[in-house]
Amino acid sequence: MAEIRFTKEHEWIRIEGDTGTVGISDYAQGQLGDVVFVEVPEVGKKVSKGAQAAVVESVKAASEVYAPVSGEVTAANAALAGNPGLVNASAMGDGWFFKLKLSNKAELGELMDEAAYKAYVAGLG
Amino acid sequence: MRYLPHTAQDRREMLAAIGAASVDDLYRDVPHSARLGGLVDLPRHQGELAVERDIAGLAAKNRPAGSMASFLGGGAYRHHVPSSVDHLIQRGEFLTSYTPYQPEVTQGTLQMLFEFQTQVALISGMDVANASMYDGATGAAEAVLMANRVTKRAKALLSGGLHPHYREVIETYGRWSGFSVKAAAADVSGVEDLASRIDAETSCVVVQNPSIFGRIHDYAALAAAAQNAGALLVVVVTEAVSLGLLKPPGEMGADIFVGEGQSIGNALNFGGPYVGLFATRDKYVRQMPGRLTGETVDADGRRGWVLTLSTREQHIRREKATSNICTNSGLCALAFCIHLSLLGEDGFTRLAQINHAHAVQLAEKLGGVKGVSLVNDSFFNEFTLKLPKPASEVVERLVDKGVLAGVPASRLWPDQPDLANHLIVAATETNTEAEMDLFARSLAEVL
Amino acid sequence: MDKSQGRTARPDAAPAAEIVTASGHRGLQTEEKLIFEQGEPGRTGVDLPAPPKVADRLNGLKRQRPVGLPGLSEPQVIRHFTRLSQKNYAIDSGLYPLGSCTMKHNPRLNEKMARLPGLADIHPLQPVSTVQGALELMDRLAHWLKTLTGMPAVALTPGAGAHGEFCGMVAIRAALDAKGQQSRKRVLVPESAHGTNPATAAACGFTVDAIPADDRGRVDLAAFKAKLGPDVAAIMLTNPNTCGLFEPDIVTIAKALHEAGGYFYCDGANFNAIAGRVRPADLGIDAMHINLHKTFSTPHGGGGPGSGPVVFSEALAPYVPLPYVVHGKDGFRLVEGREGKAEPLGRLKTFHGQMGMFVRALTYMLSHGADGIRQASEDAVLNANYLLARLKDVMSPAFDGPCMHECLFDDSFLKDTGVSTLDFAKALIDEGFHPMTMYFPLVVHGALLIEPTESETRASLDEFVGSLRSLATRAKQGEAASFHAAPRLTPRRRLDETRAARQPVLRWKPAAPTRQAAE
Repeated sequence: MAEIRFTKEHEWIRIEGDTGTVGISDYAQGQLGDVVFVEVPEVGKKVSKGAQAAVVESVKAASEVYAPVSGEVTAANAALAGNPGLVNASAMGDGWFFKLKLSNKAELGELMDEAAYKAYVAGLG
Repeated sequence: MRYLPHTAQDRREMLAAIGAASVDDLYRDVPHSARLGGLVDLPRHQGELAVERDIAGLAAKNRPAGSMASFLGGGAYRHHVPSSVDHLIQRGEFLTSYTPYQPEVTQGTLQMLFEFQTQVALISGMDVANASMYDGATGAAEAVLMANRVTKRAKALLSGGLHPHYREVIETYGRWSGFSVKAAAADVSGVEDLASRIDAETSCVVVQNPSIFGRIHDYAALAAAAQNAGALLVVVVTEAVSLGLLKPPGEMGADIFVGEGQSIGNALNFGGPYVGLFATRDKYVRQMPGRLTGETVDADGRRGWVLTLSTREQHIRREKATSNICTNSGLCALAFCIHLSLLGEDGFTRLAQINHAHAVQLAEKLGGVKGVSLVNDSFFNEFTLKLPKPASEVVERLVDKGVLAGVPASRLWPDQPDLANHLIVAATETNTEAEMDLFARSLAEVL
Repeated sequence: MDKSQGRTARPDAAPAAEIVTASGHRGLQTEEKLIFEQGEPGRTGVDLPAPPKVADRLNGLKRQRPVGLPGLSEPQVIRHFTRLSQKNYAIDSGLYPLGSCTMKHNPRLNEKMARLPGLADIHPLQPVSTVQGALELMDRLAHWLKTLTGMPAVALTPGAGAHGEFCGMVAIRAALDAKGQQSRKRVLVPESAHGTNPATAAACGFTVDAIPADDRGRVDLAAFKAKLGPDVAAIMLTNPNTCGLFEPDIVTIAKALHEAGGYFYCDGANFNAIAGRVRPADLGIDAMHINLHKTFSTPHGGGGPGSGPVVFSEALAPYVPLPYVVHGKDGFRLVEGREGKAEPLGRLKTFHGQMGMFVRALTYMLSHGADGIRQASEDAVLNANYLLARLKDVMSPAFDGPCMHECLFDDSFLKDTGVSTLDFAKALIDEGFHPMTMYFPLVVHGALLIEPTESETRASLDEFVGSLRSLATRAKQGEAASFHAAPRLTPRRRLDETRAARQPVLRWKPAAPTRQAAE
């Protein structure tokens, strides 16, 4: 079964084998409001953990999306270009941003699991 | 003081309501060392009549272009502006409104900007235009910054036919924003080869049409060469009226169009305020600087307009914005929009034809003066002459004969003695045949 | 005999809200199509003579396709733009309390002077012998700006505030480079700053380091001092700041900064609070732009043109951009290339700056005089403090007074009402007022920043207070739904900004031909 991890910056990553799918959390999409544009990385781009990998924009805000772990981008969600609202409608599903081939699985240990993330968000008030 | 409504009693009562003993109380956070005891050393207030006399006195020390036979161009052109333009832009609802951040109460400005954006896209042959820039030269600098963002490169290649002031503004931005600028030498004869100078670092090639010397080029091949090398082509047009008669930049393959819109709706104003035109291809819209108005619907489903894609802008992106620009040139854009609405398809193309025809007539008259040669093989409403004497001296002497003869190339290239005898001359619809004859006759006399 | 023919001189009391009209117009509120939807081929609003017949010299590059512009007559154009104008709120029609934007009265004398042919109809490249009055006017404007600020030099050319910031910050870069201090790259910017400040610093190649505000809305002095170091190039500080407060530690800040080798850039957007009372030079400022379209009332014009001259201290004076005016042997001269020791920072605009705005600003200054400028500043501060005093019991002031020319509230007075700052501002529109600045500065939650300016009478302020107090009371009484629906009395109600951004429609396009038409 796929495991899912979260960052303090509200990205999630779902791990299947050595590939991870990355998006922003339901909490994050709620904070942003209606998403109007997503800039996804090019396939083949190498990103290191914590580096800017994508940009998500609502009408009134623009936020960077950081790579939860290091790796090489293997896919980007082309559907977001025509329908950025997918991020609001399905943040954890169809609204994914990009897929990474992980270069250092050990980095996953530094991320939160779902329960820890829920507690973290609850603490944000 | 006619602009200040409070009486002494108002002020006393308001201070009492605030609970302050005096207005000085309200300034108590100002450090003592910085408090001015009395008035600064400047004159006291004056009534309208006195101020009007003062300013009119300064105006009287100038010789307006309209009081002489004026053939000045070089990036600013004297055109006739219909009287309704100035009437409409002085309506307080336009003049004294702010940037339309509250769309429910600024639909007028927003709809106008949407029309302006459409007009600019149409005349340039581009997909999409913004709601204006400060002027042509700052627009050109912003175009280079945009090309740098799109291509992730940092070297601009400038044509020698580009207005030197545009080159200087781009160089200023390059020097301080960290991109490099390679400027070709002044290209009087129109023979420069820019395509061979494009390399893997070049983000854009910036050309002007017609060139500063007035020559008309087809940049289609250069556009293809730039794009094949991963660079963008920026086409600058300093005389917007030319777009009524010439193949537009969009049809030449330009990626970015930058224009000076002063010619349409705006007076000479000694150089400003003017209005920068800026347009690009759909695919680059999110990299475009400046404000954009977009169509949408309101809560009742009725069509309306809002400022949009504002996440590119400084008030949201802060240090990551596409540009630091906040205020642009709204009222000048309004003047442009009204004038072009009045002109329409027929008026705009005819105005351009008249400008060209007058320039052809003038070129023939001046080219017939002994010792004078026409440098251009093509032109729209402006061309370059080579004189047997330094052009700046000739221009000064022609002032005495009531002629503003044009822009001496030495004014724009002070360090280039080889251009000292070149004179850049423009004709517009405002020039009569009698003025042209006066120019030709007077030129013959001073040479 | 009934001569009234059924006419009555008294109106009926039937409600108007649900009236549906055939035209879509609602009395004086008219619907107006785009010019592109009104044009007819062959129609025009100008009469131009036939062009003289000549052989063209266009090098074969004549336009082959129509431009696509609509044809309208002059009366159509006049009506179109008149109707559009009537959809705008403006200072001329009411109080415009947009904090940080200084929407004060725009005297019409300024407009008249700017249109004198001797000032409007002069070409920027005329021989300088024919434009001595224009250069003298620029020189006089410079004198007024220098005297009001106490600064020795001024660059007139920047096109607006952000352009002025760019000018000031590159002058600082140039001065540092001249001292061999290329490594100074960090610029300190308070969190409350205008968005243009960090955008400008980044555009000039600096890195931005945010300074937190303290709980009084001022720069946290200890935090500021802790950030000083050998890599600090400058601070960009707005004073009075964007919370509408004078920075009481400003002289201390300037001193500490100078001792650490940095320069002091002041965002002069709020100079209108202190003009004639405080000279920036006495605060230790090295460079400051002045928005002529704010403090000196050249009109905002629906978003420009502005004008943003920058005053400079002695240390930065050698780096003013080209061109500039100097006194020469035979009158005024325009310096357009390098003269003297330091290399100027270059050219910032096509020509010599926003001359039309210079004329308006100088006219405004001559009208007010030293006494009127000081009085205008005092009245602006008085009006803001009056609003603060009359609203503090029903709204929630972000900081204790006194304020300068604008007063700041946070949204705590709306807590648990279901009404947001945005809703509150939109309801103000139905009350007949333009909203205040919302959600800025960012250091205050749900900020409402109110700048009344000196132009308002006490009666007008009282009317505004009445509306705000009523709205605050209604919000607290649980009328959230009516706030969410506001505004309802405007040409358009709230607009769908999400739709505008998701599917951008940025220009008009002719409707695609229907199948029937195609056949």
